[in-house]
Amino acid sequence: MSSQIHIPISERHSEKPVFSPEKMAEVQRVISEYPEGKSKSAVIRILHFAEDEFGGWLSIETMDYVAEILNIEPIEVYEVATFYTMFNVEPIGKYVFEVCRTGPCMLVGSDNIIEYIENKLDVKVGETTKDKMFTLKTAECLGACGYGPMLQCGKKYHEHLTKEKVDTLIDAYRAGNTNIEI
Amino acid sequence: MGRRLLLEHDAVPGIETFDVYRKNGGYRSVEKALKTMSPQEVVEQVQLAGLRGRGGAGFPTGMKWSFLAKPEGVPRYLLCNADESEPGTFKDRYLMEKLPHLLIEGMITSSYALGCNLSFIYIRGEYMWILEILEKAIAEAYAKGFLGKNILGSGFDLDLRVAPGGGAYICGEETALIESLEGKRGNPRIKPPFPAVKGLWGCPTVVNNVESLAAVVPIVNDGGEEYAKIGIGKSTGTKLISACGNLARPGVYEIEMGMTVEEFIYGDDWCRGIANGKKLKAFVPGGSSVPILPHYLVTKTAAGDDRIMSYEGLSEGGFASGSMLGSGGFIVFDEDQCIVRNTWNFARFYAHESCGQCSPCREGTAWMEKVLHRLENGQGYMHDIDLLAEINKKIEGNTICPLGDAAAWPVAAAIRHFRDEFEWHVNQPIESQKRNFGLASVPTLV
Ligand SMILES: Cc1cc2nc3c(=O)[nH]c(=O)nc-3n(C[C@H](O)[C@H](O)[C@H](O)COP(=O)(O)O)c2cc1C
Ligand code: SF4
Ligand code: FES
Repeated sequence: MSSQIHIPISERHSEKPVFSPEKMAEVQRVISEYPEGKSKSAVIRILHFAEDEFGGWLSIETMDYVAEILNIEPIEVYEVATFYTMFNVEPIGKYVFEVCRTGPCMLVGSDNIIEYIENKLDVKVGETTKDKMFTLKTAECLGACGYGPMLQCGKKYHEHLTKEKVDTLIDAYRAGNTNIEI
Repeated sequence: MGRRLLLEHDAVPGIETFDVYRKNGGYRSVEKALKTMSPQEVVEQVQLAGLRGRGGAGFPTGMKWSFLAKPEGVPRYLLCNADESEPGTFKDRYLMEKLPHLLIEGMITSSYALGCNLSFIYIRGEYMWILEILEKAIAEAYAKGFLGKNILGSGFDLDLRVAPGGGAYICGEETALIESLEGKRGNPRIKPPFPAVKGLWGCPTVVNNVESLAAVVPIVNDGGEEYAKIGIGKSTGTKLISACGNLARPGVYEIEMGMTVEEFIYGDDWCRGIANGKKLKAFVPGGSSVPILPHYLVTKTAAGDDRIMSYEGLSEGGFASGSMLGSGGFIVFDEDQCIVRNTWNFARFYAHESCGQCSPCREGTAWMEKVLHRLENGQGYMHDIDLLAEINKKIEGNTICPLGDAAAWPVAAAIRHFRDEFEWHVNQPIESQKRNFGLASVPTLV
């Protein structure tokens, strides 16, 4: 549970977020997977889609839009968006590094990796670089405990991290190469 | 190496595709069950096998299935728990990534046994790429007639869906999982009613771990009795162990229950001892919520017998000198690791993951984290150690779901076995702030 629930009303998208027709077809497919009248079940999946599509975070408008699609009250969407830590309800960098900080990763040096990235990007955990390129976060156990230290960026896991690998990763992402396998 | 019932084909190239999986004997259990067995007979085989839930609690799967209410005209649901978030546990991920069809096969056979026509895999949101692997495999199974209407001409219909979570450990608790699947916050429900009576959308529901459902495949293929011959006593069959921490060869292993801890940690086929030639200091055998044990209780029990990898073997000695098999998240600590720091780290995890519904858990986990943090940083007092025990007592048994207990037990065990280390932190405030361990440097903490 996120202890800081804070939805910045001042931050707005300049235009109303709208899914592309292709994405909307996917949204409708997900909704159709649930029985009649149970479309609310699709909310988490659709919020993931929305984050991917609308800048990596969920604004009030985005959440209202999801509520509209699912035909539920906006508050039902806010409740979900603020409970699950994967959702960002504030603007965020283009790439989000989430470094696992839990015991098994700590045993193999995650503290070092976190500190190294902090220094390298000149941010503290929770902050975004000035160029809005990277946000550094920590995460609790991501199910990669035997392959630590590790971080997640988007859908990708980067495992067995060393300082050198972190350097390579940051360079790759800076250059827009998000397919990097490390 | 012992027998491998689940991971036998994990290294076969292309095993994640339907055709290769099928060529290697895949989907036989579906054919056998749907064509030659009644649903009740499948349940009986699972009971005979003595299969116990692989998600952590070890509850007999066949018995759980037999509790499922079957009111006329009401749908029933089977939910696969792929939330896998217990620190130290990464076995379900391995199974789903390598062998998605094994899980799908297990779910078809199990859904048939339970009379479910719509089943779900609830997977943690961070495993989004595995969700995609599963959906691809599910589409193949539909195309080949193993999912959908009238499977293999048996008259049995099944739809299988995957639903992601959003990064909340608590959604692994079965009633929180159900809430989440209904599109709500993951707040555990007060029980009773149990899911077997009122679960998803108020209908009878069974929740099982990924590995439990996969194990149904060899059980149906070979028969429950054959399965029960593997293992020891009431710990039948094989178990996936995800081994991590300071091991020379961490990873996911399938063991036959009953092997010794010594062989598992030091054996050449297994973890090959402690990394970097260091000595073993302690281990947590079943994920972060089970008690930690010091080196002298790892390979031997308090009575001096070999410690065995099984439900009974790992809990031998009870809370005084034993631990639990739990989820199979096997975490090993080398001689340089600081137990106080690790205990604080785990306490922070539970404080972060408490859903906040009940005050003993919400407040208690937060307080434990604070007190442990100051002990770890050389700012604690001797009475803090007893204070932790006090907080523990206030949480234990006073909460809606077992997360409260899961947070309290590891702290109690750490103090029971490593009290001197906690006292050292009080007596050596400067040293304990400087202390280096493992690869980590002196922490800069908020
Ligand atoms: C806080 C908490 C977290 C849990 N997390 C998981 C989990 O990630 N995966 C899992 O299979 N079971 C988890 N469980 C256990 C489930 O509630 C449930 O007992 C299990 O999924 C049943 O499946 P099984 O009988 O096949 O083991 C958790 C329980 C609690 C209290
Ligand atoms: S024990 Fe903790 S996690 Fe479980 S319901 Fe209560 S507050 Fe939530
Ligand atoms: S502890 Fe880092 S992935 Fe599990």
